[in-house]
Order: sequence, then C-alpha cells, then structure tokens
Amino acid sequence: MPPAADTLRRTPLHDRHRDAGARLVPYAGWEMPVQYEGIRPEHVAVRTRAGVFDVSHMGEIETRGPGAERFLQRVLSNDVTKIAERGAQYSVLCREDGGVLDDLFTYRLGPDRFLTVTNASNHDKDLAWFRRQAEGLDVEVVDAHADWAMLAVQGPGARAALEHEASGELPPRMRTADLSVAGVDCLVCGTGYTGEDGAELMIPPDGAETVWDALLGRGVEPVGLGARDTLRLEVCFHLYGNDLSEERNPVEAGLSWCCKLDTGFVGSEALRGVEPEQALVPFAFTGPGIPRPGNPVATEHGSGVVTSGSLSPCLETGIGMAYVPVAANEPGSPIEVDVRGKVRAAEVRDKPLYRAKG
Amino acid sequence: MAESYPEDLKYHPEHDWARVEGDEAVFGITWYAQDALGEVVFFDPPTVGSQLTKDEVYAEVESVKAVSDVFAPLSGEILEVNEALAEGPEKINHDPYGDGWLVKVRLSDPAEVDVLLDVTAYRDLLQSG
Repeated sequence: MPPAADTLRRTPLHDRHRDAGARLVPYAGWEMPVQYEGIRPEHVAVRTRAGVFDVSHMGEIETRGPGAERFLQRVLSNDVTKIAERGAQYSVLCREDGGVLDDLFTYRLGPDRFLTVTNASNHDKDLAWFRRQAEGLDVEVVDAHADWAMLAVQGPGARAALEHEASGELPPRMRTADLSVAGVDCLVCGTGYTGEDGAELMIPPDGAETVWDALLGRGVEPVGLGARDTLRLEVCFHLYGNDLSEERNPVEAGLSWCCKLDTGFVGSEALRGVEPEQALVPFAFTGPGIPRPGNPVATEHGSGVVTSGSLSPCLETGIGMAYVPVAANEPGSPIEVDVRGKVRAAEVRDKPLYRAKG
Repeated sequence: MAESYPEDLKYHPEHDWARVEGDEAVFGITWYAQDALGEVVFFDPPTVGSQLTKDEVYAEVESVKAVSDVFAPLSGEILEVNEALAEGPEKINHDPYGDGWLVKVRLSDPAEVDVLLDVTAYRDLLQSG
C-alpha cells in the first residue's frame, strides 16, 4: 500500500507546483508533479523550447577526504581518476555479484571532494552501501540530500534562458560551475536526462523558489515526471527499477562502456568474462499499440520482456526497451510484443530512438 | 472542456456513460474518467458484432503513461465503433459525450438500464469518492 499523502516528502517547490496546476502523485516516497498541462505538450516544450523539472527528490551523497578518490574508484564502476576537477561522470554501483544497485552521476568538486547524485528510491540503500564500503578508508561519506533542491533545465532554449539569469559562463556538457542563478548560489552541472542541451542546478532549498520563478519568467515551461520519462526513453537512457535492477548486470544492460574492470571496483570480478544471454535493446512498434513494462516479447531466438514502454510523442508510435536474447539484438530484427493478450509487431532499433535536433 | 455530466445520460460506477434510445445505446467514458487518465493517445476498439456483458471490460483507452479499462455499462452487441478515434483519440478528452463516443450497441437486456445511476447519483458517487 502506498504511504498516505501526509507521510510523503515534499520538495521546496510544492506550493509552486500546486499553483501551476500540477497533478501531484506519490513517487519514491515523495509527492511529485507528474504533469501540469499534459505529458505530450510538456514533452514537446523540452524538444522545441525549454522546460524545467523539479527533481529535488533525487538524492546526493558527498564524499570527501584524502581517500575519497580511492574509495569511489572502489565502489563506482567507471574510472573515477578520469574525472577532471569540475568534471562529471556516469557510472553504476554494483554488488559483489555484479547486480546493479543504482546508476549515478558523480561530480568532482575538488581534488578530494565529490558529489554523487542518487535515484530517490535508492538513496538510503546507496548511502548504507557507501558507508559500509568506506570502513577503514580515510573518507567521509555525508548524506547531502537535505542540502540541495535540484532543477533540470532542458531543451534547445535552456541555455539562453539560464544565461540571462547566471552570473557567469555556463559550464559545457559534462562540466560544472559555481554560479549565481537569479541571485542564488548554485552548482550548475552540464548534464541532463532528456537528450537535449541544458543544465542541472543544485540549489540551496531556500533559494529554489527564486530560481524557479526566474526561469518561468524567462518563458521556461514547467515539466513533470511523466514527460521526463518519455523524453529519456526516446533517447534510450536507462531508468533504474525498470531497465536496471539488482537482478540485472550492467553488461546485459548495455553499460559495459562505463564499467572499467581494471579499476577493481566492487563487482568487477563477477563481471569479468560474463557472457550475457540477454541484451537490453530499444524497439519501436511498426503498427498500432503501446508497449508497457512487463509485456512479454517473442523473437526468432527466444523470449524476452519489456522493461520500459510508452507512446513516443516525437515518433508518434509505441516505443520501449526490452531484454531479448543476444542473438535477437540486431537493429531491424522483428520482434512481437504481447500487450495484454494482443500481439503487436515491433522491430529492434538503434540507439537513440530519437536524436535531438540541437 | 469543463467538468460536466449531462442529465440525459445513464452512468456506471466505473465512470462510463450510456445514451439509451429504445433498444440501442451509445457508450463512452465520463469527464471524470478522461480527466483522471490525461490525454488519450490510443483507443483500441472492440470488433463490430462482438458481445458485451454489463460490468465487464470491453475496451481500453491509453494515455501516454497509463492504460485504463473501459467497462460495459449494459449488455449487448456492438453495432458500430467510433472509427474517428483511430486518428483522433484526443476527441475522448475534448468531447467525451459527443465526438468522443466509443461504441454503439444493440442492448440484449434493456431492463438493465434501471440499475444504472442517474446524474444526481453519479455526482454523489464522485463526491463520496
């Protein structure tokens, strides 16, 4: 049973969402805006103009101290030594057996200081894992979730809107900068989850409304978590809980590129020599219907399962991601998706399903 | 469109309506149902000639993120489906009692109409919900 509304956590922008006519729903223990005007118009706003998402439910873990880099190199799958100061990096957090605990962005704020963004539903689990792995190392692991509100500003017009409000030059992609935005000191990160240009802002919670109001004043449109999901699916970004889980390893999820086995991270031994039977592939329907998570998949080489599915507002067809037998993972391969008893025709596609025009 | 519940319709507690004329009826979903679902992007119509049973699911409407079952308010045989929804499923949002109708049915037991809700009872149900 979902928790009652009064036990759900609220972001500092809760009143703003209510004022903007948001439909608020429980999500990972938070009361979050799933949509304002509607998923499709909000999706189109981000693809063609600029949108702002309140993603303050996402967690942050700060890691600092002389052993911080060594520690993160041990827990994160990617090569943490390659993150430049003010740089950003994507990685997964693995169990010893290679199962995925979370997927994360880590920012290097200083030589011995890092900020890692967690998925809301995994934050407590990640924090406990970090602390356990940090035992005996000269590193401090700090729960920074309450220190930050987080806004994602995305779309071809996102940078221009932000530039009007920022005290200095915005960071390029995969870099960060300390800037004042609308007079509020923020950590501005050149990252996002939509395939569009833009930035993510880490904001002190008491400044979140000021930044939000300033962005809306620049014509940036509020966008809910519904469109966040359709936007990320069109560009084939993984969603933890759908496409990633503790029962799946990063190799079958197509994330080998961010798993540097030679760094010796937790899980790397298990992943060495893994020859997965399945692979996560994007697909699109060639006829009517909309795939949904859990739909069974049939291929010439055996069965699979849909992990993410939706209507694509840009492609105007059903799209999704599915685990299928490795032999069926070639783009163009026909597959069939059983949508509540109706067999729908689809084909495996290349990533991304939609390429941003920017 | 603004929230409305026409007085000439009969309502089913699963948020479906029926416009009954003799032994035929047109079915659709109510303003409340389309609002809860959000923008409808896909309607998968049943086959003309198929049999519907009162209180059972006969179709689905889908928004970008969700699937909603559509329940038959009355029993009967499908005479016609709203073909215009294939190209314009958003008609269900814009005009749920007009252009957004779903199916036309020949009723097999017109007496079933008596147990459906009138507009007052349906509004009471929404308020108690």
